[in-house]
Amino acid sequence: MAEAIVNTELIQPENLVYKRTELLTPNALSYCPGCGHGTAHRIIMEVIEEMGIQSETIGIAPVGCSVLAYDFMNIDMQQAAHGRAPALATAAKRLNPKKYVFTYQGDGDLAAIGTAETIHACNRGENIVIIFINNGIYGMTGGQMAPTTLPGMKSSTSPYGRDVAMMGNPLKITELVAQLPGTLYVTRQAVHTPVAVRKAKKAVRKAFENTKLNKGLSFIEIVSNCNSGWKMTPRKANDWMVENMFPFYPLGDIKVNE
Amino acid sequence: MKELRLMKGNEAFAEAAIRAGADGYFGYPITPQSEVMEYLMAEKPHERTGMIVLQAESEVAAINMVYGGAATGKRVMTSSSSPGISLKQEGISYLCGAELPCLIMNAVRGGPGLGTIQPSQSDYFQSTKGGGHGDYRLLVLAPASVQEMADFARLGFDLAFKYRNPVLVLSDGAIGQMMEKVYLDPQRPRFTDEEIKQNTPWATTGKTPDRERNIITSLALESAKMEQHNIALQAKYRQMEEEEVRYEKIGCDDAEYAFVAYGTSSRICQKAIQLAREQGIKVGLMRPITLFPFPKKIIAQMTSRVKGILVVEMSAGQMVEDVRLAVEGRVKVEHFGRFGGIIPSPVEVVEALKKQIIGG
Repeated sequence: MAEAIVNTELIQPENLVYKRTELLTPNALSYCPGCGHGTAHRIIMEVIEEMGIQSETIGIAPVGCSVLAYDFMNIDMQQAAHGRAPALATAAKRLNPKKYVFTYQGDGDLAAIGTAETIHACNRGENIVIIFINNGIYGMTGGQMAPTTLPGMKSSTSPYGRDVAMMGNPLKITELVAQLPGTLYVTRQAVHTPVAVRKAKKAVRKAFENTKLNKGLSFIEIVSNCNSGWKMTPRKANDWMVENMFPFYPLGDIKVNE
Repeated sequence: MKELRLMKGNEAFAEAAIRAGADGYFGYPITPQSEVMEYLMAEKPHERTGMIVLQAESEVAAINMVYGGAATGKRVMTSSSSPGISLKQEGISYLCGAELPCLIMNAVRGGPGLGTIQPSQSDYFQSTKGGGHGDYRLLVLAPASVQEMADFARLGFDLAFKYRNPVLVLSDGAIGQMMEKVYLDPQRPRFTDEEIKQNTPWATTGKTPDRERNIITSLALESAKMEQHNIALQAKYRQMEEEEVRYEKIGCDDAEYAFVAYGTSSRICQKAIQLAREQGIKVGLMRPITLFPFPKKIIAQMTSRVKGILVVEMSAGQMVEDVRLAVEGRVKVEHFGRFGGIIPSPVEVVEALKKQIIGG
C-alpha cells in the first residue's frame, strides 16, 4: 500500500488560502462522496459566518438525507417532522422576529409530503429562507421516485422509468411558488462547479439579506445529484444532471422583487 | 384580584391563556372549538401582550408551528376537536420525543370519522394511552366546568414547562360551548427573551459563544441511545404519577356505591347522586381531574368502603378499563355510557346504577 505523501513544508499559515468555516462542525459528513449536500451546507454556513449572525440564526432540518444537518451546522437547529419544516420556521420566526430562520429540505420533504406547508408559508410571505435541494429522488430511503423525478427516469419505485401516464408528472414547485405574492426572491442554482458554487452562494447571501427587508420569503432551489440513488459515479452523475436535470429545471433567477 | 365574567368554556380557555402569558396560538377551525381562535383574533392579544395568533393551513401545520415555537422556549398552544386532534398525533409524538412543552386543548366530539359535532368522551384512549406512535404520555387535565377551562390553561402551561412535555386539556363540546361564571386571574407577563434563555437553556434561541449549539430533535439512530432516551422519558412519566395526580371526591364519606366519571359526565353524576340519595341510595362520585396520571391508588383505596363502582362515560367504555385495573377485581365495576354525541340524563345514570351495580 502506498504511503500518503504530505508535504509539510507547504502547510504553513502564510500559505493558507482557504479553510473550513467554524460554523461547520468537525463531524465527518454522513453524505455519500460526490453528493452536493456538503457543498450546500458549506455555502450556507459561510454566509452566516460572513454576516456575523450565528447567534441570531435558527435552522430547521427535514426528514431525508439531511435529517442530520444539525450534526454538521454549528448553529441552533430544530429537526422537523417530514415535510413540516416551513410550519416550524413560520412559528420560530413569528415568535422571534429578529432572528434569521431557514429551512433546509429535500424534494420529497418539500414537494411531496410537505407541499401544503411549503405553499402556504410562501403564500403568507413568511420572512424566512427556504433552501430546497432537488436531486429528483428519495436518497435516504434508498432511491425511490420523488415528486421531481424526471419522465423516464429510473428509481427503485419506477424501475422501468417514470411513466408519466401512470405515475404523474414531475412537479416544478419552484416555478409554482414564484407565482405566489408572498415570495420575494425565487431562484434555481446548482453546486456542481466552482462557478455554480459562487453563484449559489451569492443567492444564499441575498436570501439571508432579504430576511432583514421583512418583505417576504426567499426560496432557493439547488438542483443537485444523487450518485448513489442514480447508481452512477459522482462524475457521471454530474454529467447526467447537466444533460437531463438542467433542461427540465433551468438554472437562474425566477423572481427577483426588491 | 380576580375578574368575574360570564363566558363560554372555549372563550374562557382563550382568555385565560392570554392572561397566563401565552406567546403564541396556532390553530385551524373545527366545531365545536372554533370560538378559541375567534375569541383570540377578536381580542387582538398582540396589542394586549404581544401574543401571536395565526390561523394555519391545517391541523398538521398548526401542531408543527407549535413545535417550532416551543423549540424556541416560548409558551405556545393549539386547540382542536377530535378529527383535528387525530391529524395532530404525528406532531404530538414528535413534541413528546423532542421533549417540548406546549398546551393542547381537545373539545371532544362524537366519532369515529367525521362523526358528529355533539359532545363525546370517546377520545380517552387516544389522549391517555398515546394517540401517535412510540412510548409516550401526555399529561391530561379533564375540566368539568368553564372555571376549570380557565384554570387549566394556566396550570397546563406551568406543568408543560415543569416536565418539558405537552399538556392536553381534554374538554368536550359541552364544556366548550356552555356558559358559566368564571373568575379570571390577573394578567401574568409574558417571559422576556432574556428570561427564556434563563428558564429554557435547551431552547433554540441562537447559538452564542458561551454555549454549545442547541438541537431539538426526536431522532437517535443508535438504538442504545434511543433506549436511554426512552428510559428517561419513562422516569418523567413516573414522576408525574408521583406528583401530579389530581381528583375530586363528592359524597364519598358514607357512600356504599361510587360513580367514577370525568368532565361532563361527572356533572351529570352530581345530579344523579342527589336523585339516588332521595331514593335512599348512598352513592358518591370520584372525579379524576388528571386522566394521566390516573388516580389509580385513590380508586383502589375506595374498594375497602364501596360495594360497587359505575363508570359513567360518554363513550362505549374506555376509562372503565383503567378503573378495572385499579380495582383489580375487589368490587364490581360496570360501565354505563351513551355515545355518538348523546349526553346521558341523570335519571338514566341512576337507573343504570340500580340495574347494573345494586341489583346486578
